[in-house]
This record gives sequence, C-alpha cells and structure tokens, in this order.
Amino acid sequence: MKVELRGITKRFPGVVACKGVDLTVESGEVHALLGENGAGKSTLMNILFGLYRADEGEVCLDGEPFDCRSPAQAIAAGIGMVHQHFMLVPVFTVAENVMLGVEPTGPLGRLDRVEARRRVEELSDRYGLAVDPDAVIEDLPVGVQQRVEILKALYRDARCLILDEPTAVLTPHEIDELMAIIRQLADGGRSVIFISHKLREALGIADRITVLRGGEVVGHTTPAETDEQALAAMMVGRDVQLVVDKAPARPGEPVLEVDGLVVSDDRGHRAVDGVSLTVRAGEILAIAGVQGNGQSELVEAICGLRPVDAGAVRLDGRDVTGHDPRAMFRAGLAHVPEDRQRDGLIGSLPVADNLVLNQLDRRPFSRRSVINRREVRRHAARLVEEFDVRTPSIDTPVGNLSGGNQQKVIIAREFFHADRLLVLSQPTRGLDVGSIQYIHRQIVAKRDEGVAVLLNSSELDEVLALADRIAVVYRGRVVGVLDREEANRERLGLLMAGAVEEAAAVEATGEEEVTVT
Amino acid sequence: MTTATEQPPAAPPPAGGDGGDAGAGTGGGRGRAVVARLADLGNALVIPVLALVTALVVGGLVMVFTDPETLDEWGSFLSDPLGALEASWDLVSESYEALWRSSVGTPRGIGRTLVEATPLALAGLSVAFAFRAGLFNIGAAGQLIIGATCAGWVGFTWDLPAPIHLPLAVVAGFLGGAAWGGIAGVLKARTGAHEVITTIMLNYISYRLLDYALRSDAFQPPGRDDLISKPVRESARLPEVSLGEVTVHAGVFVALAAAVAVWWLLERTTTGFRLRAVGANPDAARYAGMSVPAMYALAMVVAGGLAGLAGTSNILGRPSFSLTGGYYSFIGFDAIAVALLGRANPAGVLVSAFLFGALRSGSTGMQAATSTPVDIIVVIQALIILFVAAPALVRSIYRIKAGRGTAQTFTASWGS
Ligand SMILES: Nc1ncnc2c1ncn2[C@@H]1O[C@H](COP(=O)(O)OP(=O)(O)OP(=O)(O)O)[C@@H](O)[C@H]1O
Ligand SMILES: [Mg+2]
Repeated sequence: MKVELRGITKRFPGVVACKGVDLTVESGEVHALLGENGAGKSTLMNILFGLYRADEGEVCLDGEPFDCRSPAQAIAAGIGMVHQHFMLVPVFTVAENVMLGVEPTGPLGRLDRVEARRRVEELSDRYGLAVDPDAVIEDLPVGVQQRVEILKALYRDARCLILDEPTAVLTPHEIDELMAIIRQLADGGRSVIFISHKLREALGIADRITVLRGGEVVGHTTPAETDEQALAAMMVGRDVQLVVDKAPARPGEPVLEVDGLVVSDDRGHRAVDGVSLTVRAGEILAIAGVQGNGQSELVEAICGLRPVDAGAVRLDGRDVTGHDPRAMFRAGLAHVPEDRQRDGLIGSLPVADNLVLNQLDRRPFSRRSVINRREVRRHAARLVEEFDVRTPSIDTPVGNLSGGNQQKVIIAREFFHADRLLVLSQPTRGLDVGSIQYIHRQIVAKRDEGVAVLLNSSELDEVLALADRIAVVYRGRVVGVLDREEANRERLGLLMAGAVEEAAAVEATGEEEVTVT
Repeated sequence: MTTATEQPPAAPPPAGGDGGDAGAGTGGGRGRAVVARLADLGNALVIPVLALVTALVVGGLVMVFTDPETLDEWGSFLSDPLGALEASWDLVSESYEALWRSSVGTPRGIGRTLVEATPLALAGLSVAFAFRAGLFNIGAAGQLIIGATCAGWVGFTWDLPAPIHLPLAVVAGFLGGAAWGGIAGVLKARTGAHEVITTIMLNYISYRLLDYALRSDAFQPPGRDDLISKPVRESARLPEVSLGEVTVHAGVFVALAAAVAVWWLLERTTTGFRLRAVGANPDAARYAGMSVPAMYALAMVVAGGLAGLAGTSNILGRPSFSLTGGYYSFIGFDAIAVALLGRANPAGVLVSAFLFGALRSGSTGMQAATSTPVDIIVVIQALIILFVAAPALVRSIYRIKAGRGTAQTFTASWGS
C-alpha cells in the first residue's frame, strides 16, 4: 500500500511535535524513520494510525485521501501499528490479546477460541516468535510482550505496518529474525515504516530513510548513499562520536558482593541459581545475557525488590540481604529500572516531582517533612538542562514526554545521588545516538569518580563499549566472567547461548563446527 | 553540557532555570505558567458547570412531567399550547426560585446551607483523600457514625468545663473515625483485602454497633426506649457564630480548616507526596523506596478521621444533639458524589459540598412554596453525578472538543 503524508502539523501545549511533515512510503518498501528523542516520530505515526488528529495536513492511502479518525478505521484501512509502549491487556492471554477486536466467531457469534489459538500458534511458528498462546501477558518478560505486539499486527494482516522501535527489546538473534520477516512482508507488496534508534538496523533493512529533527523533515536518503556517522550527524545536527573514550579502569575495594544468590521469579521458579559476583569501586561490571535468563530477577534481588531465597548480598562489606528498597537507597544504591513507565516514573506527576521521587525526604528538598517547592523546582530546572531533557516545562506530566526523554528523567534522578553503587538496567533503551553518547560518558564519569557500576544490558554493543568486566549469565547462572580484552561479539554470543564447553572447545582446538542449542 | 543541540525544538528554556533562581519569578515563564494554570482551571470547571446546568434542565423536565396539574395542561396541549408551556415555565421557575431563596437567597438560608454543607465537606474530604492515595473509601458512612458516637458519648457522659470538654469531644470523634477507617487500612496493608469490600462491611457493623449502643444505659436517656441517645451537654456543643446576619455553628470552620490541612498535607509535605505517588503508580513508588502498605494504612486512618469529624460536627453542632438510629449515614454516600464532583481536590470538594448543601437546605423551602417534592433534589444530585462521571456525554451534548488530558474514563477524570 502506498502511504502519503502531506504537510502534517501537530501541536501540543507548549510544543509543535510535527511541522509540515511530508512522507511518502511506496508499497513494497521498507521506510526507516529516524530522529532524536522527541523529534516527533511517534506523534507522526500516531496520526497515521488515527490516535491523534493532525492540526493541518492530509493523509492519502493508495492515492485516495483518507480521513482517519480512529485506530479502528486505520486498521480497517489496512494499517497496523506496533507501539513503542505496549498496548496489551495484562490479564488476558496472548491469544486473547492478539484476537482482541477481530475475534473469530462461530455460529451465533460464539467466540471461537480454538480457532484463535490455532491461528496465533501458526503465526508464531511461521515467524519464529516462539510465544505460548496461553501465557498471560503480565507474567511475560518485556521482550516477549513486544513479540506479542508484533504478532498482533501480523494477525490483522496489515498492508502497511508501522513498527515503532520494535527491536529495542529483542536479542540480536531475534532482530535478525524480525528483519527477515520485515523483508518477507515488503516483498509481498506491503509497506513497512520502521522507527529505530539503531542506525545499523535502519541501514541494514531500509529501502529509504527519512530523518526528522524538531518536528521537521531534515532529509531523505538511502542506505547506499550514507553511513552511520553521516546519519547520526543528520539526526543530531552536529558530529557525533559513536564510541566513548575511556581510560583503563582503576578498580578499588569491593563495593557490591553477591554470594551464592538464589532467587525465584513470579511463578516460583528458580530464576537465579547461585550467582556470585563482585563489583569494585571504579569499575563497570556488565551482565550480558539473552533476556529472560534471570538478569531482571538478579537485579531486583540486589536492589531489595525481590525476596532472596538463599545467599547473601553485601554492600561495602555490610550484609544487606533482604533489605527493603529504602534501606538499600540509604546504603548508597542508585537504580535505573528496566521498565521505566511501570517502575521508574509516575506518569501523571510533573517532571519536577519525578526528578526527586526518591530523594524528596532529603534536604534541601524538604525539611521536617515540609516540601521546599522552590528547591525542588530549581533542582529540576538544573537537571533538565544538564541532561538535555526535552520538555515544554518542568510542570509537564512526565507521561507526556517522548520515550527517550522519560528515560533521561530517570537517569538524571539516579545519577544525581549515585555515589557508591549504580545499578543500571537497559539504561539507553530507546535513546537516540546523541543521548546514548551523553549517557555513556556520564556512566564512565561515574566510574571514574569511584562509583561501582553494575550494568545489565542486552545490547552487546553497549556492553562492549562500557564494560571493564563482563559476566555472562545463562539460565540463572554465571557461565563466565571475561575481562573486556578477552571479550568479543562471537565469544559472548556463544556464552550467552549456553555453549560453555563448546566455546572452550573452539578456543582450544580452533574447530569450526559448533552446535548451539 | 555536552549534548547541547543548536535547535532546542520548541522547548523553551525550563521555567525558573535562570530567572526563577532568584525566586522573584519575573520571567515570562512564570506569567505563562499562571496563564496555563488558569486555562487548566477553566478546563477543570467546564464539565462540572455544564453538568450542573444540564442536571437542572433535566430536573425541570422531571418536575413538569410529574406534576399532576401541569400534566393536565399538557393534556389539552393541542387546544391551548401556550397554556401548557406557561404552566410548565411557571412551575419550574417558581420551584427553582424557591430553592434559590431558601438556600442562598437569604442570610438564614445561607446559614442553613453552610450547616448542611459542613458534614458533606468533611466526609467529601475523607473520600477525596483516600482517593488520592488510590483507595475508594466507601466507608465514610460507617466512619461518620463511629465518629459521631465517640464524640457524642464524650459529650453527654463527661461533665467538664467547655474549653476542655469541646476539644476532647472533637478529638474523640476524629479518633473514632480514624480507628474505624484504620481497620480497613490495616486489612488492606496486611492482607491486601480490597478496601471497597471491607469498608462496606464495616458500614453495616457500624450501624448495628450504634443500634446496640443506643439500647444501652450508657446512651439511652432515662425513661425512653426508642433509638435515641442523651443529648450532648452544653459544654461540648459547637458554639454558634454569627457573621453579620448569617448564623452557623463553629463546625463550619472546622471543615474549612480541614480542607486547608488536607491540601497542605497532600501538596506540601513529603507524606502527602508519598500518598499521591502510591495512588498514581504503586510500582514506581515501591521502586523509589516508599512503603506502599504503610501509605494505604495511613490514608485510611486520615480518611476515617475526616469522616469521623463529619459525624462530630453534626452531633456537636446540630440542634437535638442526640444520636439516632442510622445517624446521618446517607452523608457518607453523598460524600462520594461530592468528592467526585470536586475532582478529589480540597477546594473542589468545598465548592461541591456547598452546592449539595444548598440543594438540601433549599428543598424543604421549595416543597413548602410550590409543592414540588423534595425528592426532586435527589434526582438532580443523581443527574449531576451522572454527567460528571460521563464527561463524554456532556461534551457530546454541548459539542465540546475533548480537551488535553481530559481522560474519557470514570476514574481518570478524578483527581488532578
Ligand atoms: N500527549 C502529549 N501531550 C503533550 N506533549 C506531547 C504528547 N505526546 C508527545 N508530546 C511531545 O511531542 C514531542 C514529540 O514526541 P514524540 O513522542 O513524537 O517523539 P519521538 O520522536 O517518538 O521520540 P522518542 O524517540 O523519544 O520516542 C515531544 O516533545 C513530546 O514531549
Ligand atoms: Mg517515540
């Protein structure tokens, strides 16, 4: 389907999110839409999908003007969207979520669950998504939830598929698979609009690329004409250095010691199975692993958010096993959680309040329980400026910010009080290259100040860029701890896939044949 | 700053960044913030005001079609159409005029309205406070009864000089309600029992407890065996206060003070911030080191105390000064409506309590003057709530575009 957006303008209070944007996507084309955080990408797509109405401009589908007033109309017209933030009913099963709105019915309108399940299973198999149709959404890790969203759009047989940062939560292997699916869809005559902050992906999959900045189109290009460096410069409007400079670490005394930790997941299964780790002052230890191998549970247990079944956590030599989050905070822990909207922010409260969420009872933000609004606002204004959070004002509800800017709010808050231990879960998920560069520098700066950093990232590039040491986890166990110099993508990939002995074997004999299960 | 981009897209430098540092707030940012606030306020008022207007119009129609004489006129509509319209207009305008006169049209009316509004405001604050912490307090009725019972018992049992007796009775009323609300709060915090269920059950228990108490010697006046208590002694009664020609009891000021206190607690203290954070997103609150169960318990204690004060202001302030069976428990339910209309915000609660108080105090005058039954008031109240709870309905009637952030759902339209 050919999709044309002409002169689209959308204003929000205090911001013009899109200014006269033109975008044409031919059928059979994969079109990458790039831009900084807050550039207006999601807003533009939400207009196409009927979630917002444009203040000006028009949409044409296959040359016909299309006045889209609701997602239902958009879906009927053949537009499918996978949102940046999931739109799933948490208490429903995968199959129920996928069929929601287009339920197959038998005679007399009876809901045909068997048929729905069958189709979900079939799609899931066909595209290698490996989701259990009967699993309940709220029990699934973020990564799998994302795959359900993709499944949902595929199920509706969309002729134009919008993917808003679909790969942010996928593993490298899954991304390759998704790319294959996208190609397959495009070759079948569908158009695909693909939003991503990972330039390499955009270059790899797109037929054409459009870059937005500040709500305006700043250029069109094709992968043949450009490269990562040039794209980054186009997005940000200046040269971006894609790798961080960092001096060798000078590790000091152990700050965090984890000893034989055993932790269960929500269903009572053993998710962390005897993990021992040490993070020293002034070093970055990265936990690498395919999502769902116990990293989330490990981090939650360390932060006092999940009960510990066995083992110990020590902070600065003090036993803090089973402390609550407040006690951990006092002991010197700063934590950037994985699911920012659920755990990191209070969407309905202003940016300023979210920036002091866990520090409000400290001076100077309050004194004997009475809040000092002026200090809170001054602090907020400073952090917003320092971390370049794009927001109309510090009184804007944080939920109205673009995804990347929400993340910056959390980063700003936690970095402000991180002085002993900083635990980061997917700290740059959904951020643009400029912001990633900035945050990576800040992480290194924290390390150089002598803070112990525990980095949980499923992004191999990020792990390789930042880590001083890398602990690879597989099925709840640490299967190897590598120094940065010993690590490379291949070796990590093998370890992450659980190929412990094989990896060793490859090293020993240089043999080529490796079976990864 | 390293990532300073050349083009801050439409994002003005954060208000208060430079200019605000001096605290003087002379910059345009402050001015714009004020305008934005006023716009917000306007937005927030549109729906309640239109809901009120619509409810009055529909209420008028109900009056017309339930009044036998006017209906007769409509029976001969074809022969005398003007007569029917005139009769209807007369009925509705006279009824509303009488309602106006006896509620806010005279000093006496205003006094009565304020007295009616007082317990509504206190109980409304109770519901609103719990709501801000994410809890539905359906138990204001029970908390009000327990509060009134405790305050009343102190009021008629003990014999103390007024400067000690009155404060003691008020404190007893607050504590009684707080304890009753606290039961639901602790159950929620400890076991996760849903507060809607527990507060409803506690309501029933409170009615029976009151009945039981009213049959005991400790409560019953000698020589009576109906459900009534001894009257509160003079020394524990809320004094009458006259402002010009308007006479009210001092409970009115208790309600005003409570509204200010609730606002201050919610907006200006760390405890209030935690309550609101827990109410808006318990997961994030927990990650930020707040104790969610403790906040639930606290919210219900304070909410219970406020509802207790509602009962207290009645028993210590309203002539008769005696407890009766089911003592004013309906206020606990009207309070839910008051909180809803007031958008769970203290100032809003005061305004909507005044409105409901006016409808209540004016209704008897209206019935006396025009024979329009007082029940019409209940209809109007119900209609107001219906329209406030379904903003989409009001918007479609008046063809207003959905404003920013005005969520369509019932719960989301609560709170700020
Ligand atoms: N509902 C809303 N109310 C007010 N402002 C909004 C709303 N949605 C988006 N904005 C603003 O519009 C601008 C564009 O946001 P949008 O979400 O489209 O950015 P984006 O390009 O998708 O960024 P990201 O890469 O971070 O997801 C931002 O400045 C954002 O704060
Ligand atoms: Mg976005």
